[in-house]
Amino acid sequence: MNGPGNLDRRQILAGGGALIVSFSLSDAFAQDQAAPAPAPAPAPAHPPKWIGSLKETPFLDSWVRIDADGGITVFTGKAELGQGFKTAFQQIAAEELDVPFKSLKVVTADTGRTANEGYTAGSHSMQDSGTAILNAAAQARALLIAEAARRLDVPAENLRTENGAVIAPDGQRLGYGDLVAGNLLHIQAQPESTLKDPSKYTVVGQPVPRVDIPAKVTGGASYVQDMRLPGMVHARVVRPPSYGAQLIDYDAAAIEAMPGVVKVIRSGNFLGVAAKKEFQAIKAMRALTASAKWNETARLPKQEDIARVLLGLPSQDSTIFERKNPAAVGLKTIEATYTRPYQSHGSIGPSCAVGHHVDDVTTVWTHTQGVFPDRAGIAEMLRVPPAKVRLIHAEGSGCYGHNGADDAAADAALIAREMPDVPVRVQWMRDQEHGWEPYGPAMVTKLKASLDDSGAIADWNFEVWSNTHSMRPGGAGSLLAAQHMAQPFAVPAPKPLPLPEGGGDRNAIPIYTFPNAHVVHHFIPAMPIRISAMRGLGAYHNVFSIESFMDELAIAANADPVEFRLKHLEDSRGRDVIKKTAEAFGWKKGQKAPDGRGYGFAFARYKNLAAYCAIATEIEINRETGCPRLVRAVAAVDSGQVVNPDGIINQVEGAIMQSMSWTLYEAVTFNDTRITSIDWQTYPIVRFDAVPQSIEVHIIDRPGLPYLGAGETGQGPAAASVANAVANAAGKRLRDLPLNRKKIKDAIDV
Amino acid sequence: MTITLKVNGHDHQIDADPDTPLLYVLRDDIRLNGAKFGCGLGQCGACTVIVDGKAVLSCVTPVLLLDGKQVTTIEGLGTIDAPAPIQRAFMEEQAAQCGYCIAGMMMRAQALLQRNSKPTDEQIRAELEPNLCRCGTHMRILRAVHRAAQLMDTAELSPSLEGSVQ
Amino acid sequence: MTRTRIIASAVAALLIGGGAAAFAVAWRPAIAAIEPPAPKSFDPALVKRGRDLAALGNCTDCHTVRGGKTFAGGLPVPTPFGTIYSSNITPDADTGIGTWSQAAFRRAMRSGINREGQHLYPTFPYDHFTNVTDEDDDALYAYLMTRPAVHAPTPANQLSFPLDQRFVVAGWKLLFLRRGTYAPDSAQTAEWNRGAYLVEGLAHCGSCHTPRNALGAERAGASFAGGDVDNWNAYAINARSPSPVPWDTAALFSYLRQGWHPDHGVARGPMAEVVSNLSSVDERDVHAIATYMTSVFGAPTPDQMRRGNEVLAKAKAPAVPASQTEVPGASIYAAACATCHETGRPVPYGGVNLGLSTAISGPDPRNVANIVLSGIRPVEGERSPIMPGFANSMTNDQVAAVLNYLRSRFSNQPAWTGVEKTIEEARRTQTVSLQTSPPPHNAPADPTQRDKP
Repeated sequence: MNGPGNLDRRQILAGGGALIVSFSLSDAFAQDQAAPAPAPAPAPAHPPKWIGSLKETPFLDSWVRIDADGGITVFTGKAELGQGFKTAFQQIAAEELDVPFKSLKVVTADTGRTANEGYTAGSHSMQDSGTAILNAAAQARALLIAEAARRLDVPAENLRTENGAVIAPDGQRLGYGDLVAGNLLHIQAQPESTLKDPSKYTVVGQPVPRVDIPAKVTGGASYVQDMRLPGMVHARVVRPPSYGAQLIDYDAAAIEAMPGVVKVIRSGNFLGVAAKKEFQAIKAMRALTASAKWNETARLPKQEDIARVLLGLPSQDSTIFERKNPAAVGLKTIEATYTRPYQSHGSIGPSCAVGHHVDDVTTVWTHTQGVFPDRAGIAEMLRVPPAKVRLIHAEGSGCYGHNGADDAAADAALIAREMPDVPVRVQWMRDQEHGWEPYGPAMVTKLKASLDDSGAIADWNFEVWSNTHSMRPGGAGSLLAAQHMAQPFAVPAPKPLPLPEGGGDRNAIPIYTFPNAHVVHHFIPAMPIRISAMRGLGAYHNVFSIESFMDELAIAANADPVEFRLKHLEDSRGRDVIKKTAEAFGWKKGQKAPDGRGYGFAFARYKNLAAYCAIATEIEINRETGCPRLVRAVAAVDSGQVVNPDGIINQVEGAIMQSMSWTLYEAVTFNDTRITSIDWQTYPIVRFDAVPQSIEVHIIDRPGLPYLGAGETGQGPAAASVANAVANAAGKRLRDLPLNRKKIKDAIDV
Repeated sequence: MTITLKVNGHDHQIDADPDTPLLYVLRDDIRLNGAKFGCGLGQCGACTVIVDGKAVLSCVTPVLLLDGKQVTTIEGLGTIDAPAPIQRAFMEEQAAQCGYCIAGMMMRAQALLQRNSKPTDEQIRAELEPNLCRCGTHMRILRAVHRAAQLMDTAELSPSLEGSVQ
Repeated sequence: MTRTRIIASAVAALLIGGGAAAFAVAWRPAIAAIEPPAPKSFDPALVKRGRDLAALGNCTDCHTVRGGKTFAGGLPVPTPFGTIYSSNITPDADTGIGTWSQAAFRRAMRSGINREGQHLYPTFPYDHFTNVTDEDDDALYAYLMTRPAVHAPTPANQLSFPLDQRFVVAGWKLLFLRRGTYAPDSAQTAEWNRGAYLVEGLAHCGSCHTPRNALGAERAGASFAGGDVDNWNAYAINARSPSPVPWDTAALFSYLRQGWHPDHGVARGPMAEVVSNLSSVDERDVHAIATYMTSVFGAPTPDQMRRGNEVLAKAKAPAVPASQTEVPGASIYAAACATCHETGRPVPYGGVNLGLSTAISGPDPRNVANIVLSGIRPVEGERSPIMPGFANSMTNDQVAAVLNYLRSRFSNQPAWTGVEKTIEEARRTQTVSLQTSPPPHNAPADPTQRDKP
């Protein structure tokens, strides 16, 4: 696993009549060729309630494979993005199969080997894939016991499993490998599984160290960026200077004469160059950029005015929630408008992909979140059937949603097709990632609510204006290369993402119980800036808005923000995380923060169906400069049955830091033609200067309850908690993100 | 042209232009993975390596500056089986999410610890300021650097990384 | 040091004499201590005006330690005579100015005397502040007295006898302090006069930009001819300006307001904090400063105009890949500098074309050495230029080669002398700052490398 040695650890796989070079990024990849192709099969007649992705991919051996030598492989169609679920899946399978943690391997998203689980997004991995693996492993164990019972002629209930073997009352052991002869596991899942009693768990619930970290801290080949195939060339793309720019001219001859340059690739407005060595490719790209002439036509809206622009665009309006109780009468009404700018995923490592076109089959190693949908898009772009394209997931830098990954994969596919048999590594540059990734959409929310004579909310009105929150591929038109190539594909019409998860309206429906409530989603089809999914989607802004407004209402009602929330919340698990956070933070009714500081509180259940999260923060504001600093944060999370507590803590800590950075600092900038936030100078994010003194995350474990995704649950509450603490410290409410130093300074009275 | 570069204790004969940034020589010619491409502009620190004991941004350091100097990358500190204190510390604190920035963080921290074995929390924060992390792993990184300082100090063997799970 | 010591001794001898002779005028009465006034007792409009004036006066820069509480003082100011610490000007009764009356504050500004009647060292630039009007002093007073009180005793100055005796300052004042408020020049516009009032008074530009004599006073007849601050060269901002492109009012205004100008580059070093403060004040005041300073610069000579147009034309021409000659500095420049400084990306996020750099045409290589070694650090959470420093990747010889190459390629000035020594010194001060600077948790927008322990 260390160093460049694993260059040689590749295997030639026969598949689809093509010679496919399989690069092994880890031992999990370095296995044989007999991977089960996900068999298309009708879903079981009565799909069980909590069975995750088994619904779509019911064959057990699509999830768990046991070899004759007892080796066990677990397959997931989800992609490890740095959330650590690969380790959690291994824990789940080890637990249910009764095998040592280390005896398992986990194989992640690969269109040639794993189930199609769509995108790794929306905090779905644990709920979908984790649940599927849990049930598949439990049912596999039951089948192994049944097989042993048959062979030993002993009632199944007298058998137990331990350490990869079925054990009879007389001590006889039958190894799993001995039991799997034939297609024992090539069988459809049952609707019900006999699951292990959570009180007997020894692996699940433990903070098992992540399997990927040792390689990452010792220089192992861990990322697609680290791939080096024999004969591989380095390619760079020269993107247009602005959306829609047309390539007029460039100097191919001069560039092709440069040292190491193998080929200049041009198709319509798609321009790239490949060279033998990486720095040669960069020099060639610079020269190509300098020589390229473009006709720019983009007319971008005024950045400072984006909220007004959005409100002025045509929208499809739908009332997504309505509750009426004329008995409740509001006496005091307040209203507020909140806005969010476009924000960038800002991956530290720009997107990268390796393409290899051999005998009409294009293989792409990519850090996409969805190997299957991205394959569909790339196949359409190349105008070939999906079977002629294979996508294999390899880790990249953290993406936090739809960044440049899919586009880089398309770039690699397009360039690789122009250079048959030659592996091509495409690495985006910093300005390309920042300038071309699809951003988290700008949003506007308008809230209006009334308090009754008891200080309770009598009516609640919430309206949100937003683009879609997913322009992920599926169709080729989502991919930059397909938009830019000759005979280009049009950007597909955007669609609102359906509730209950929603997109722009994610978490727009309040979790609180109000006697009257009216929630409207204004879906805006026109997209002045390229956008797509970013961690939390609309929930980030909607929770920021709702939870800021809850504080505004609490202040209007002269109530404590925590008490005010509890007063309106029936969900007992939600109440528990609120109470836990308040207690751990030392929240006291009416407590005043020290001079120059403020306290904030916020709560949400992600999508109203995933993990619960409440966050309290303390913010310090420098009165002279307006400079805000998060001093400390305390969170409580309920994500159902805990598989790996440290993994959840790591995710929520990270969500708080990242959301704090979004909330205080971040906005994509543009002039009337071009994106101007194209690096870390122009798109600043949090640095160590601003790291708080402490972040505490408390977990409320719910043994035996379904897994609830926790990867995004912190984004909204962290934003609102920070905003509430800023309002508390500054004495003034700020409603336009980001709540940066300048806005705070302007808000503070001298 | 051929240049000689001393990396992780070994001399390497490299065929590269002298203006090539160290990052590409490390990744492309010597085939090391530790130093990462993040921005190529010296703004994010993902490419940080140690040159003669000091943290250097390899993406803006042309190799022509490195004649006679010693370059150390994360691969030169230790291995999975025999991790250096800073590597052990990052494993023990589980100080990574995606991990892309981590090798750079570790190299900058290592340079700090080599010249100041007992840094204060403020000194660590100040030192790491050039390096960006997007996952928000900062608290763990700080803990890991403190732990590395202790490990270097005591140099005692810690219990198994795997904790209670076999 | 030796040279400094000799001067210091001479100064000491002179001051003892002067001080003794001036003893009669040296004594000042204490002004009665007051109860710290309630913040609510000040008119908010007055406080707001005070805030802008404090920004124009750059008060935070000296009265706040990096990472410390605003206005709590304690910044060591190195002088040839020893180290003097800035005082706590928060309204803390014990360690700040909480017991100062408005009259005491006015007297300090006008005459450099504290409430107790002691002379203040002229590191507090009362030679300029004496020009500030009573109204402006009152607004500043209202602003400072409404800041949070911070208990922070000011460290004892490190001065040797007799300079540690405050009465000797009286002699200095006799020689150099010209008390009085600013007298408008009726031949000039109101805006020019406003600018002159600010520049010569509260903004105290000459404190850094005017050379000082052996006694530490600004040299008469050499106003704005270039001075020193914190191991940086504060450029001449009069007719002797080394700027390759002559300054005009529009360029000055834009530079002072936003911290950069395409023809001049980015403000850094101690100037970074000045422009950061100026970004928040009434822009008419900044324009007034620019107007006045344009007249201080004077109309550029035909020669300066020609040179300016020449370098501008060169800078705007399409970038030619830097040739790699045998000159060692040239290849380093091409590989390490040109990748940002010749991309054509506009200032401030693209590197300035070095033909436009004042530093490279400046009288000594200090500023270039500082910037090459330390770079420009990002400002937390704000769009701000970043330049990586090369202190860890270049040897002194390599830095010297680059500096000499830059000087020969990008200026029409003779080669610098003492480049190696300058680099050593720059490295030494940089090392001190790196080892001792806590993070600027609440620093204002400030990409400075200023050595603040």
